[in-house]
Amino acid sequence: MSQVSSGTGRDLRLTGLHKTYPNGFTAVHDLDLVVPQGSFFALLGPSGCGKTTTLRMVAGLETPTKGTISIGDTDITETKPYNRPVNTVFQNYALFPHLSIAENVEFGLKRRKVYDSGKQVQEILALTELVEQGPKRPGQLSGGQQQRVALARAIVNRPEVLLLDEPLGALDLKLRRAMQVELKRIQEEVGITFVHVTHDQEEAMSMADTVAVMNQGVIEQMGSPYDLYTNPHTTFVANFLGRSNLIRATVVGREGTGDDAVVKADMHGTVATVKASKVHTDAKDVLLGIRPEKVLIQPEGTAIDAPGSSISGGVVVDASYLGVSTDYTVRMPWGQEIICFEQNTGRRGGLIPVGTTVDVSWRPEFAFLLDASQDVDAGIVEED
Amino acid sequence: MIATARKRTGYLLILPAAVWLAIFFVVPFYSLLATSLYDPEGSVLTGYDVTWHLANYWDALSEYGTVMLRSLWYGAIATFFCLILGYLLSYAIAFKAGRWKTVMLVLVIAPFFTSFLIRTLAWKMILADDGFVVNTLQALHLMGDDGRLLATPVAVVAGLTYNFLPFMILPLYTSLEKMDPKLNEAAADLYANPFTRFWKVTWPLSLPGVVGGTLLTFIPATGDYINAELLGSPNERMVGNVIQSLFTTQGNYALAGALSVSLMVIIVAMVLVYVRKAGTEELL
Repeated sequence: MSQVSSGTGRDLRLTGLHKTYPNGFTAVHDLDLVVPQGSFFALLGPSGCGKTTTLRMVAGLETPTKGTISIGDTDITETKPYNRPVNTVFQNYALFPHLSIAENVEFGLKRRKVYDSGKQVQEILALTELVEQGPKRPGQLSGGQQQRVALARAIVNRPEVLLLDEPLGALDLKLRRAMQVELKRIQEEVGITFVHVTHDQEEAMSMADTVAVMNQGVIEQMGSPYDLYTNPHTTFVANFLGRSNLIRATVVGREGTGDDAVVKADMHGTVATVKASKVHTDAKDVLLGIRPEKVLIQPEGTAIDAPGSSISGGVVVDASYLGVSTDYTVRMPWGQEIICFEQNTGRRGGLIPVGTTVDVSWRPEFAFLLDASQDVDAGIVEED
Repeated sequence: MIATARKRTGYLLILPAAVWLAIFFVVPFYSLLATSLYDPEGSVLTGYDVTWHLANYWDALSEYGTVMLRSLWYGAIATFFCLILGYLLSYAIAFKAGRWKTVMLVLVIAPFFTSFLIRTLAWKMILADDGFVVNTLQALHLMGDDGRLLATPVAVVAGLTYNFLPFMILPLYTSLEKMDPKLNEAAADLYANPFTRFWKVTWPLSLPGVVGGTLLTFIPATGDYINAELLGSPNERMVGNVIQSLFTTQGNYALAGALSVSLMVIIVAMVLVYVRKAGTEELL
């Protein structure tokens, strides 16, 4: 877990960045963001959330309506794209079809009249395992190889910031996972600030030090993947990053001070406690959130290994066995269906049959409390 | 079994084109070649014999060498102007026209709805000695009182440029249109200024269109005779005019044939060198 801080040196800093298109659509809304130098930063969000527009503004391919972009003390808001110390890996790579792989990679160096460009090209081709592809044309390469060329073509210029626009989107799942590891390795090797735009939460979480979740032109929440997942601040983040059970509740009291401070909330007759650090509302009407894998279930009458209070009267309405784990859907006494992912450790010696009445519980420290005035379904995405 | 059936289908599909080519290209070409080797003493009354009289070629080129060079020269300048105008227009249509794209393309093709001859006659009116173009130029003292446009090389080249411009625009537009605009962004991202972006990305990617367009313009422009006939004087005669006159009024078939074949050979040779130079052999 790395610290999100407004670091020093050559950080990428967006201040009040705003983009309204001529047709009146506001893609990015007063965005303030600091990307520490050398970090792997992910902008995560559904399509149309403004993440690509943000990236294009940093690249200089789009002009902000308001606000500034700077790297360290240098304001680059008005700088032409070809004068910025920023390079981009485009979504569909945009390799020059009339040039060889080596010439593609050398393109930026040649424009800047770098003296030993040939040698640098060879080094980068070696780093990206493309030496043998050097004389070929982009059309002769596979998707994964083209992706690496796009990366090599950008990082050979040693930009201060590398922008990656859904760089793995065109690859199949297996190759995507392999490239994630590869990208991470290369980033650590070259030490350039990476700003990675993606709609794939798993991709963002597995690679980035810091993830900013973007929705409708604003950053909903920013932090390490761990913080975002365990302590979401909005329903959008709770649903978009992984899945969440959100249960309506009413705050009945606040107790303790400092680290021990808790908020008590009554959900349909059962009082649950939530750590104050995971409470993100002052309202009385709240949503209690709990991740499906944190939910424990046991057939009625058997003890649950959790210190919190348990809710009885739930009925298993669906159980899908996935090998590693089993997804249970449990209908609670108040009618809501909640999801529970259970590791198949073998402890239970089988599945809980559909129709079984179960007790449901979770450790209090895993719950979080959100404002109930939000859309409960915000950020829910169809599985692809 | 399937493989042979496939093969047969292929041949069957080629058949109509092959027959068409045989009737309308091979036979006339053979006939033209034979004509070029006639005994020049032949006439309508005495008949014609193929006597392998290769001297016809020598006669044709020595007598009409200047006309041949003039044709190639006029064709080349017209092609050059077409390339400049056509490139600007194609670029504008492909990248800047927005919703006017279709309208602009239709306007490019619109002249085809009128006959080539009529359009050239219209230019004769426009460039006439008492037409408004000449009058305006004279009023502005850009042209002397006895200056004229009609019956000058300017008129002929202008007519050629006008008539063959669409043949330049369409292939250019096609190759520019299919260019991924992201490539331009990628080049901008990789430190290329607008000038470099054009020369290193847009221009090389439009080369197939440039080659296609210049061929479609240069070949017919060089062999054209209508523009020289209607807009030029005997001083602007092109090889097409000579061939037409030799065939239809002077009855000198042998010389006309030799001149036609020479023109064809010269153009094919130039095209081969050009295409090789441009590195677009795949077009052939």
